[in-house]
Amino acid sequence: MLTEQRAEAAPREPATPTVDRRLLRRQRRSRWDLKVSPYLYVSPFFVLFGIVGLYPLVYTVFLSVHDWDRLYYRRGGFNGWANYDFVLHDPVFQKALVNTFSIFLMSSVPQIVLAVVIAALLDGQLRGRTFWRMSVLLPFAVVPAAAVLIFGSLLADRSGLVNQVLAQIGDWPVLHQLGIGPVAWHDHRWWSHFAIAGMVNWRWTGYNALIFLAAMQAVPRDLYESAALDGGGKIRQFWSVTLPMIRPTMVFVIVTSTIGGLQIFTEPRLFDDTPNREGGADHEFMTSTLYIYVKGIEDQFYGRASAAAVILFVIIVAIALLNFGLTRFLTRRAEK
Amino acid sequence: MSRRSSTATGRPGFLVYGLLAAVVLGSALPLYWSYMIGSHTKDEANDSPPPLLPGGHFFENARRVLDTIDFWQALLNSLIVATVCGVSVVFFSTLAGYSFAKLRFRGSSTLMGFVVMTMAIPTQLATVPLFVLMRNYGLLDTLAAVALPTLVTAFGVFFMRQYLIDAIPDELIEAARVDGASMLRTFWSVAVPAARPAMAILFLFTFMTVWTDYMWPLVALQDTETLPVALDRLALTGQGQTTDYALVLCGAGLATIPLLILFVVSGRQLVAGIMQGAVKG
Repeated sequence: MLTEQRAEAAPREPATPTVDRRLLRRQRRSRWDLKVSPYLYVSPFFVLFGIVGLYPLVYTVFLSVHDWDRLYYRRGGFNGWANYDFVLHDPVFQKALVNTFSIFLMSSVPQIVLAVVIAALLDGQLRGRTFWRMSVLLPFAVVPAAAVLIFGSLLADRSGLVNQVLAQIGDWPVLHQLGIGPVAWHDHRWWSHFAIAGMVNWRWTGYNALIFLAAMQAVPRDLYESAALDGGGKIRQFWSVTLPMIRPTMVFVIVTSTIGGLQIFTEPRLFDDTPNREGGADHEFMTSTLYIYVKGIEDQFYGRASAAAVILFVIIVAIALLNFGLTRFLTRRAEK
Repeated sequence: MSRRSSTATGRPGFLVYGLLAAVVLGSALPLYWSYMIGSHTKDEANDSPPPLLPGGHFFENARRVLDTIDFWQALLNSLIVATVCGVSVVFFSTLAGYSFAKLRFRGSSTLMGFVVMTMAIPTQLATVPLFVLMRNYGLLDTLAAVALPTLVTAFGVFFMRQYLIDAIPDELIEAARVDGASMLRTFWSVAVPAARPAMAILFLFTFMTVWTDYMWPLVALQDTETLPVALDRLALTGQGQTTDYALVLCGAGLATIPLLILFVVSGRQLVAGIMQGAVKG
């Protein structure tokens, strides 16, 4: 800010006749430099983002209202709402949409609760602090495609470790009555959602815990001291001091996990052990993004896939806005 | 001392360590399972009850993995794409972030608002048109197609701006200007040195994001492979009457190693980066 004032002031000083041309030219160039450079520095981002980010999004909308000739690989004519009509009435899309929300809820809610708990555990004068922080982040460094294959084996319907354990303890007297036993992780619709949500949670819980930890460490310590003076125990302090203070971070995490959680693709695609890999034999765990992939890339219905993408886009933006509005409402209420 | 008073917290007890240890075990168990199954023969891996200790066939399985997929080429491809994207994102983000943080120009706040807004755009949904575009320009099945969408990120610009606002005193830029340094010179000799820690973190994040990405390379590539795409093909090969978990999990384990090494070396910065981003964002 100061630089601009200083630099602009310079050329305005009355130029004495003795000043030579070169100095003047240099001043003019310096002023031009000052004016244009900021735009020059931000322009690569906007140009590149426009080409690979914005343009494809606009092109999605364009494709979604056009026919596509698959045989000759060329765009057909304008066909209005036909693609949307098809997608919205496609039972597979409807199923995928329900699956998406089911998996999203099963992953985001426990993930955030667990992350807050882990953050609270980490928020103390631990021995080997760096070790613990890095350890909870470990799953983040595992290639998701590899992680899903590993979980697929752990949860294999016949030979998987989880089902073997469940079969073992299912023989115990009380648990047997409760109906505990092996689970059809790949074939049962809701259990498959549970399994996929588990993988998502495994990857992201530690990451979010560190975000919450940062927020917790920013809480002024004297708040805890005064709460302790009032006779509040640790649990009480957590509820009445920590949780309200990290609320903005909470909403940040919820918004980002919404945007990510509604676009899950790797897990449902690679968890599948049927050769088609369209989210289970009967699309038990096909998500909307997987639907877009199957319709668009594999079946080459570009118009329909684009229409599905636009629908999902609207849903995600609507939920993000809802979250945003909720934040404003909550933080304002907290300020009062 | 502003640390928590001893009555409030004190040193954490055994319960805290115990619970954390359980979390860490849960984080590491899948990796152990991958090595465990990956070191048995196909038949042993499908035994019931399953084996619980590592076997002696890891290298044999690794050889089968290398026969099935072109692991080294996939590794090299991943390395190229992730490095190119990392360098590009860091360079352009530092440039733009510096401009937004420290220079005044008309429309600056509107443009920054646009950057923040685009962070919330689910760009993954544009996969199909992006595929059509790449196909039209003949870029399909090239590493360029994989790298192109991640040459810049809105997050990168936002991250660098947040960091540079406090990292560079205005006086320093002013001094450089008074000394007659051009804008570019000022950027190079004042902003870049100050931005270095944030640049390292941003590089690390971008590198990991691109390295782990699965959907876009799967769409953009046909015969070429990055590591996740190679795993996709490996998993398909392993399917059958009885899935060949020994092969698949050995491959999954091998594919995990490079990033794990990076994690061990730079995990500290990664933790710091996540925590910094949280407070400032």
